[in-house]
Amino acid sequence: MRFLKSIIAAILLLVTASAFAQEKGVDMDMKAYIFGHVGDSYEWHITAIGGRPVSIPLPVIVHSRTTGWHCFLSNKLEEGEYEGFHISETSGKIVETAPDGTEVRPFDMSITKNVLGLMFGSLLLVVLVLWAAGWYKKHDGMKEAPTGVPGLVEMLVTMITNDVIKDAVGKDYEKFAPYLLTAFFFILFNNILGIVPFFPGGANVTGNIAITMVLALCTFLAVNLFGNKHYYKDIFWPDVPIFLKAPAPIMPIIEIIGLFTKPFSLMVRLFANMLAGHIMILCAVAVIFLTVKMGPLINGSLGVIAVFFGIFLDCLEFLVAFIQAYVFTMLSSVFIGLAHQEPETE
Amino acid sequence: MSLITPDSGLIIWMTLIFAIVFFILAKFGFPVISKMIKDRSTKIEDSLRKADEAEKRLSELTEEHRRMIEDTRREQAEILKEAAQARDNIIEQARQQAQDEATKLVDEARVRIENEREAALRDIRREVAILSVNVAEKIIRKDLESTDAQTQLLNRLVDEAADAEINS
Repeated sequence: MRFLKSIIAAILLLVTASAFAQEKGVDMDMKAYIFGHVGDSYEWHITAIGGRPVSIPLPVIVHSRTTGWHCFLSNKLEEGEYEGFHISETSGKIVETAPDGTEVRPFDMSITKNVLGLMFGSLLLVVLVLWAAGWYKKHDGMKEAPTGVPGLVEMLVTMITNDVIKDAVGKDYEKFAPYLLTAFFFILFNNILGIVPFFPGGANVTGNIAITMVLALCTFLAVNLFGNKHYYKDIFWPDVPIFLKAPAPIMPIIEIIGLFTKPFSLMVRLFANMLAGHIMILCAVAVIFLTVKMGPLINGSLGVIAVFFGIFLDCLEFLVAFIQAYVFTMLSSVFIGLAHQEPETE
Repeated sequence: MSLITPDSGLIIWMTLIFAIVFFILAKFGFPVISKMIKDRSTKIEDSLRKADEAEKRLSELTEEHRRMIEDTRREQAEILKEAAQARDNIIEQARQQAQDEATKLVDEARVRIENEREAALRDIRREVAILSVNVAEKIIRKDLESTDAQTQLLNRLVDEAADAEINS
């Protein structure tokens, strides 16, 4: 009964909200709306009150070849040019105008929305994991099991260690467990924070290719720096008929390409999944605003559907957030395990 | 499209942040948790094994206990049986002894009675003899005036004596 009441209340709210929106006659630019949400920006846009955007200015740190380092808050750029820099119309990045009139991209180390989101997620991660680790200092782990956050962290660590790392990496899994666990928790936290719709969540951190590239690179290094002799022999001189490796090294070339496609697939998989999830949720929400022009009835009913669809997609994304973190960790473990395989004895 | 071109600034920040996070967590975070999880699972395994052993030991003890009780019962029964037998033996012996004693007493009594009778008979015979001698004396004094009668009497006496001798 209470459930029904809340549904009716939601419908009424939506109908009135759409009627209100209609009066204002909102016209949406879908492309700007979606890319503004999933992309990076120099400020953290929170909401708009009465048509005026409310956003947190973030520090811009740039190094120009001609004028050196510059550091200022991004709200200085709202009026246009500041210290010779402005935001490009085409790329949305900070550029400076060269003497010949062309736009030149300076070396840009600004704390953008994604960097801040990343910092927040990482800080949260470090705090929670150290909290869990600190629990064992205060309690006797042999006599009682942790509850709350330490319990959750312990459960996830147990699960990833036993189900993924131990099985996939093999006998010296303990050497790689810290990296793999860090990668798992890092991706998981940033994924989940990404689907929190308000500050300080909502930055599309793991749906940004730069982030996933660094993660994939770390896995690449973990795989190839610690690979054993057998692993490298299999790349450069695999067990195939001799004409496949000499005189033209067909198989070695394929193996070397495979070396790079593995982390590349890791990078693209995480990036594409998270980006697609964000876009799907944004689209579901956008339905409410796009149908404003069709009148309050269609707008209201579609709004209800959109809200339920949005809830469904949020739940799905929550699942995907976990699955992608799990998959990244599992594939990294498998790749590391493959680089540690002992030759089969016959 | 800016979505698929990695941004250099973000790469630098990400590398830096991830390196710091990795350093902190790999040094102070996960090893502590992993070690505790491992220790605990070892302890649980240990405890389970110990519990198993204790259970086995307990069942062994129970079995032993049961066997001991059984042994004791059997022993008790044996002892009781032996005691009963011993009691029966003693009673039997006592009865035997009593019977023997009684027989002996009766025999002794019989012998004594026989003796007494014999002695009494001897006394009576002597008394009778003396008496008869006395009577005979008197009779003889009175009758033995004639020789004829004397001889007659003497014969008769001798006959009688001989008869008495035979009869006794």
